[in-house]
Amino acid sequence: MIKFILNNQSVETALPKGTTVLDFVRYHKNLKGTKIGCREGDCGACTILVGELAGEKLKYRTMTSCLMPISNADGKHIVTVEGINRDDGGLTPVQSAMVETSGTQCGFCTVGFVMSLTNFCIDDTPKTNEAAISAIDGNICRCTGYKSIERAALSLCGTAARRNGDAEIHSAIGNEIVPEYFANIKERLSEILNSRFQIANSSNRNPEPGIQNPKFLSGGTDLYVQRPEEMVYADTENLFDSAALRFINETDEFIELGASVVVTDLLESDVFNRLFPNLYKHLKLVSSTPIRNMATLAGNFVNASPIGDMTAWFLALDAEIELSDARSSTRTLPLKDFYLGYKQLAKREDEFISKIRFRKDFTHFNFEKVCKRTYLDIASVNTAISLKMSGDVIEHAHVSAGGVFATPLYLRKTSEFLKGKEISAETIAQANEIIQTEISPIPDVRGSAEYKRLLLRQLFTAHFVELFKANIQ
Amino acid sequence: MKNVDSKSHVRGESVYLDDVPLLQGTLFACVYDSPIAHGKLKNVDISEAEKADGVVRVITAKDLIGENQIGGILPDEPLLADEEVHFCGMPVALVLAETEEQAHAAAKLIKAEIDPLEIVTDEREAQAKNELIAPPKHFRLGDAEKAFATCEHVFEGRADVNGQEHLYIETQGAYTIPTEQGGLKIYSSTQGPTAVQRAVSRVTAIPMHQIEVDVTRLGGGFGGKEDQANAWSALCAVATQLTKKPVKYALHRMEDMRMTGKRHPYSADYRIGLDKDLKIVAYQAKFYQNAGAACDLSLPVLERTLFHCTNSYFIPNVSATAYSCKTNLPPNTAFRGFGGPQGMFVIESAIAHAAEKLGVSKNEIQRKNLIRSGDEFPYGQIAESEAEASWTQADQQYDFAKLQAEADEFNTQNKFVKKGIALMPICFGISFTKTPMNQARSLVHVYTDGSVAVSTGAVEMGQGVNTKIAQVAAKIFSQPIERIKVHTTNTLRIANTSPTAASAAADLNGRATQMACETILERLKAVAQEMLKDGAYRVESSNGNAAGKPSEGGTQSGVSFENGFVFYNGEPTSLDWLLVVNEAYNSRVNLSEHAHYATQGINFDWSIAKGHPFAYHVYGTAIVGVTVDCLRGIYEVDYVKCCHDFGTSMNTSVDFGQIEGGIVQGLGWMTMEEVFYDSDGRLRSNALSTYKIPDVYSVPKEIAILPLETSRENLAVFNSKAVGEPPLMYGIGAYFAIREAVKAFNKQNFVKFDAPFTPEKVLMNLYSEISG
Repeated sequence: MIKFILNNQSVETALPKGTTVLDFVRYHKNLKGTKIGCREGDCGACTILVGELAGEKLKYRTMTSCLMPISNADGKHIVTVEGINRDDGGLTPVQSAMVETSGTQCGFCTVGFVMSLTNFCIDDTPKTNEAAISAIDGNICRCTGYKSIERAALSLCGTAARRNGDAEIHSAIGNEIVPEYFANIKERLSEILNSRFQIANSSNRNPEPGIQNPKFLSGGTDLYVQRPEEMVYADTENLFDSAALRFINETDEFIELGASVVVTDLLESDVFNRLFPNLYKHLKLVSSTPIRNMATLAGNFVNASPIGDMTAWFLALDAEIELSDARSSTRTLPLKDFYLGYKQLAKREDEFISKIRFRKDFTHFNFEKVCKRTYLDIASVNTAISLKMSGDVIEHAHVSAGGVFATPLYLRKTSEFLKGKEISAETIAQANEIIQTEISPIPDVRGSAEYKRLLLRQLFTAHFVELFKANIQ
Repeated sequence: MKNVDSKSHVRGESVYLDDVPLLQGTLFACVYDSPIAHGKLKNVDISEAEKADGVVRVITAKDLIGENQIGGILPDEPLLADEEVHFCGMPVALVLAETEEQAHAAAKLIKAEIDPLEIVTDEREAQAKNELIAPPKHFRLGDAEKAFATCEHVFEGRADVNGQEHLYIETQGAYTIPTEQGGLKIYSSTQGPTAVQRAVSRVTAIPMHQIEVDVTRLGGGFGGKEDQANAWSALCAVATQLTKKPVKYALHRMEDMRMTGKRHPYSADYRIGLDKDLKIVAYQAKFYQNAGAACDLSLPVLERTLFHCTNSYFIPNVSATAYSCKTNLPPNTAFRGFGGPQGMFVIESAIAHAAEKLGVSKNEIQRKNLIRSGDEFPYGQIAESEAEASWTQADQQYDFAKLQAEADEFNTQNKFVKKGIALMPICFGISFTKTPMNQARSLVHVYTDGSVAVSTGAVEMGQGVNTKIAQVAAKIFSQPIERIKVHTTNTLRIANTSPTAASAAADLNGRATQMACETILERLKAVAQEMLKDGAYRVESSNGNAAGKPSEGGTQSGVSFENGFVFYNGEPTSLDWLLVVNEAYNSRVNLSEHAHYATQGINFDWSIAKGHPFAYHVYGTAIVGVTVDCLRGIYEVDYVKCCHDFGTSMNTSVDFGQIEGGIVQGLGWMTMEEVFYDSDGRLRSNALSTYKIPDVYSVPKEIAILPLETSRENLAVFNSKAVGEPPLMYGIGAYFAIREAVKAFNKQNFVKFDAPFTPEKVLMNLYSEISG
């Protein structure tokens, strides 16, 4: 039985656990404020807030309910617009701002924006103009041209920053961003989780050794796009909420990550911000806020899309992955050896990625991505590079590229070539020649083969312009 | 004055099609559509689908009781494929099941046996094969052939411009309910309730008076739900007719994208001739419109391309020909601008071509040829022009020369980042070019509590038409806006409506509402006059002296309503709105009115392609600045600054919203939005993951809007000119601004006129020596 809090109501449901939260709230709970725009996480009309206990802290993030199975809502607080509406028919400051700036025209996308901006007002990020706009980076509007919505978002920075010394949620209640009932959610979620813990212990449940070919599900951001109908009834083992898979550790040599770490976890990680000075700028290029809140690293790896952004990223770190199965036997292999062919993985069906690790001995890292739309789009070509420099000499290099081969591509020859070289226009040009021999792009909706070849040449060059202000005249 | 729907929008309480509460027993529909773009339909095997869980019935063409035809202009569009399929996505069968999920699952079990025929997706290829929707159309002014001979400079070339997916965030849909004695009630997400009513009547053979179509609002339309909403209502109606059950179909996004038509792609050949002073003397254009597999609205779209083929320029010798080419793509349709933007793109390309070859700036040619009052458009209408005024006022406000100098300076300082600037004047005619459509009706009821209900033929889709109509009633009755409710658009209350299109809904329906309200007001004034006569409501003058009472037999001209109170000869009385309304009721005076408005003075004669088709034109001038990252081939729009002709805006928050939204939609069309069909006619840009519209980061950093100062009268409601479509065309400037930036980096290359200017085209043009 899946149990969670929907707005101010505790709900239990025996519906198929793959049912999307979107269908659940609209068609089973008749909460029609959450709209269906695309069912693939690309429009944000169905954006909801998801509150989750992380230790002592209740943390809210936005998610697109169209890609979220109710099983991933288990033990959480799911908030739709009905859950933030004032009972007296009045407007919250977020709603008022949208009205005052004429940020709503046809209204169909509006609730998604309201939810995203509400989250902006209750989360613990600094209330900068940049963060306000960033909060709505997953919401598409076809009517307004966004300028009015921008004005609404910017006008909220002041309100959102008012803290009165309280914890976020109490400040938000004080500011009338959310209703009073939010004050008790933390306790109510604890109760659900505690009862869950007792059941789990009393039933003496062990992993069934006989299970063959279990299907694993984490954030759902690829599976629910690719096969939404099948996923409703799929018998999946959900990895998304497994605490054992949600960690970022630093050792002397390595960074180790649980496989269900989501992209936002990286953004919020001190370690990552230290190791990757342009982390925000680069991860902003990866999908949108709600998707980054759901999309796990392992999910990106096993999806094996030739243009997976995080795959390109970790290939350039020469990361290793640990694969586990139900018997908890594990093995480790380099990510670059994980890809055998188009959507073919060096993985048994009963194995799942449990851990990711990479050496932190690189001195330089860069990520480049170009698509039709700079943000919230899939790359035409992406590429990442990590370098360990010793003075002017490249001690080692790892270069990856996406969108130019049947799999995410680690550029072996190019990486090898760069070893021991000094950075110069000539080195870059020679490396670019090698790259062209390592790739075989195919034409598709994201560009012709010639374009992808040219684009990778440019983006590889861009790495050096970004990292070394290389003169490429 | 904010949009009257704002509060329910932000609370998520506004009702759209998919939010309508369902009746028990409602069935869910799903279309099986052709996987092949062209072929003979030999057989449709529905046997497996019929046996599937929850399936109640599967409908094919042979089940239709009425005519299998929904073509509004030409009868060339079967509702369900019968003998042939003409495009990928053409509906072949309709599954009805107890749940939406079951309907979708069963539709996958249908198999069609199709003998493939040749697939044509390219408009020029279709024209070469004489596959035309109708004979070509021509516009002529002067004698272009002769004039070219006198020109100092003549240039010719080709311009291509792709289509555009509407991407209303609410997909198409319909919900049909059987009513007693064989009637139907239809909820539809449509811009044209009457078009739906007609289409449903045709396919069911149920007369129109038995069919009620009701529209609360749309989650965006942009032209995409003008005629293309008909099919979904017609399918559901057929299903309801056959099963006697309510039937609902709200399309999934990918169904919507692959089954519905879009803005028309065009290819064009142009020839432009200038004299030594850069005056355009002659212009010739051939337009090849990609109509898709059926007419839909392609012909009027084609006509508007001709109407706007010279944009806001006066050219004394024009010869323009337009072909509507039949291809195996979904029938393309109305989209904000309705063919006008494509016509403008081609003349702007021709001017850019001339400027580049002559080594002058494009805006010098633009400026010299702006149409002036008294000049003749190629279709015979005489201009009352604001072209010069909008250009001059924009220049004064924004200083074109300074912006250009800043960009030039930036470009000399930066090798791998370049700025480009382009000016984009616009001139857009307001009225349906099919003159009979320029009519509207409004039904106004004043209730005995003083509240007012208004119904018109206008459909609210975010453009704020209901807000403007409410303002009209509020202003005339001098009542607060809260007292006015603009109700759903319903074919029983308002019959024979024109679609909400052509930017004209507020004009037509607003004027009809104005007339209805004024008629009721006159009656109320007469009642007030009577009430004042007996002295019961003492008339007090502001100086404390009694102002007397109306004389016997006097007219009511002295009576007025202000802020809800009756004034007599400008002096307040104690008589208020509510008292007068109630006295009117008690005196058996009619508190309702159904008014009819038809635009005066417009006409067009297609036999000579001349006339006065537009009530007025909307003018404006925008300057667009972009920055191109020449390393990566990506770009940002720095600003769009315009001087726009609102006439006198009756609602600046609504109208400015239309400008901002229109500009961004136009930018999207010119930059990242790429409709992509493969050679088999399959849509590859078939989802939001592959078809990109602007997000919050891709909009201009600055949009500045300067209302044109003008005192010219016009035929718009309260002088507030139509605003829906014109601003989209400012976006065309972005194409030419990017082109300027690309040229600043790669001076050798002549950039082909081929919109949209995707990052791919930018990079390939920046490095043309490598990319070939």
